[in-house]
Amino acid sequence: MNWFVLVGVVIVIVGFVLRLNPLLVVTVAGIATGLAGGLDLVAVVAAFGKSFVENRYVAIVWLVLPVIGLLERYGLQERTRELVSRVHAATTGRVLLAYLAVRQVTAALGLTSLGGHAQMVRPLIAPMAEAAAETRHGELPQTVRERIRAYSAATDNVGLFFGEDIFIAIGSILLIRGFLEQNGIVIEPIHLALWAIPTAVAAFLVHGARLVLLDRRLGAQVAAEKEEG
Amino acid sequence: MVTLEFIYVLMGLLLAGITLVSARDRTNRKRWKNTAFWGMYAVTFLFGSYLPHLASGALVIAMAAVAGIGGLGRGDPDTTSAEERVESARRRKNLLYVPALLVPGLALLGTVTLKKATLNGHPLVDPKQVTVISLGIATLVGLAVALAMLRPAASVPIREARRLMDTVGWAAVLPQMLAALGALFALAGVGKVVSEVVTRWIPLNGPFAAVVVYALGMALFTMLMGNAFAAFPVMTAGIALPLIVGRFHGDPAVVSAIGMLAGFCGTLMTPMAANFNIVPVALLELPDEKAVIRVQVPTALVLLAVNTLLIYFLAFRG
Repeated sequence: MNWFVLVGVVIVIVGFVLRLNPLLVVTVAGIATGLAGGLDLVAVVAAFGKSFVENRYVAIVWLVLPVIGLLERYGLQERTRELVSRVHAATTGRVLLAYLAVRQVTAALGLTSLGGHAQMVRPLIAPMAEAAAETRHGELPQTVRERIRAYSAATDNVGLFFGEDIFIAIGSILLIRGFLEQNGIVIEPIHLALWAIPTAVAAFLVHGARLVLLDRRLGAQVAAEKEEG
Repeated sequence: MVTLEFIYVLMGLLLAGITLVSARDRTNRKRWKNTAFWGMYAVTFLFGSYLPHLASGALVIAMAAVAGIGGLGRGDPDTTSAEERVESARRRKNLLYVPALLVPGLALLGTVTLKKATLNGHPLVDPKQVTVISLGIATLVGLAVALAMLRPAASVPIREARRLMDTVGWAAVLPQMLAALGALFALAGVGKVVSEVVTRWIPLNGPFAAVVVYALGMALFTMLMGNAFAAFPVMTAGIALPLIVGRFHGDPAVVSAIGMLAGFCGTLMTPMAANFNIVPVALLELPDEKAVIRVQVPTALVLLAVNTLLIYFLAFRG
């Protein structure tokens, strides 16, 4: 048992606790792990390069930036605020609750690319959630704005994670199936996907309840900050 | 056949443009660092498929050094003012949504239709990469429509992309860097050591204890690796198959499907899952690096408990 290979895990934890630059921490942790695992430096650097290059497809999210930036320049966020402010029933919690439902259902149908932080949350969802709070409470303190944005991003993640596994051809279901097959257990993807439904329902209830509570807490937070200021 | 290489060239061109804009930006005190960083990133896209892995690795480490020591800078945003935007929004109204919704809409259409499309008997796009390639094509169409509608100067899309990319900064590269770390963990056998620790030192007498250790282990190991996919084979081979399924006769479909979801609870709580938890912090311009994680932790903990109970009650139902 080579305990030294855990050095990378330790470096990552210490790095995050000390709030060092994560890019640097991860690089150092990778090199240390490789060396501890018996690779030489050249092999470690090559392994780094190989998997960085093989994983370039995750950078696809950035491809949409010219479109989003251009639309922002011409007032996309402002238009969204204006539209939402006209819907009097809209609150931050309800906007995000609706998005949670849409995100979970579309992800369950395999349509995971319909959401995302760059193409949905920044240009549309966060401005909608902020505008709804503005209509209720007037000008928002910066801390309240930031909290609403963090909830918007979190809602996208929760909706995606606990929706996508209901789709039979998603990566994680295929991975589970492949892994079980290697171990001599053959299961149809549909059986795996069905067992993702109870958790999906629970996720909607739990996170949805927090979104409903968010409305009340935002009101209190705005009032408190205004009193102080 | 259109392959992922098409996407890489597009990304490479975008980054090359961002590099140029960065180099010419005198308002950014660290402009040469930004230029070097985005320039090297552009090279990994344009030439990564042809470079020896050692050269790519050297580039990646150089990027980490440039961004990690002293950080990147940020120039003048170079965009419209708040008043101009309100005025523009008033004039253009809902037309602005056409390109914004065209991108996901076409990406969806492409995913559904391009999978079976052929040209002279050959597949038109790589069937394994239909989703990513469709998104790339949809983005190009969305950009073309936006340009036709708004008629900005030719350099505007790149300058605006640079503005957003600068707000994201080095976090843009972190997901790929973490994937590389995962690969090195796998090469060095970190997973084996961790599963040794779990199975040897933690008492697993009785099905409930085994389920709890499996679900918690999935979440914790996912938090360390940043990815439930990396944790799943290790924890499932280490605990779920020999104990929950083998000794206590739990249903493997339930155990593995919900076990994966227990891992996803871990994903919500770790900065290692950078594309979900760190990238939006940058994109939404939040000062607290852990802002998104903080919001997610309560949901994740409750769901982890729910998943643990679900495995226990559903796996041994018969």
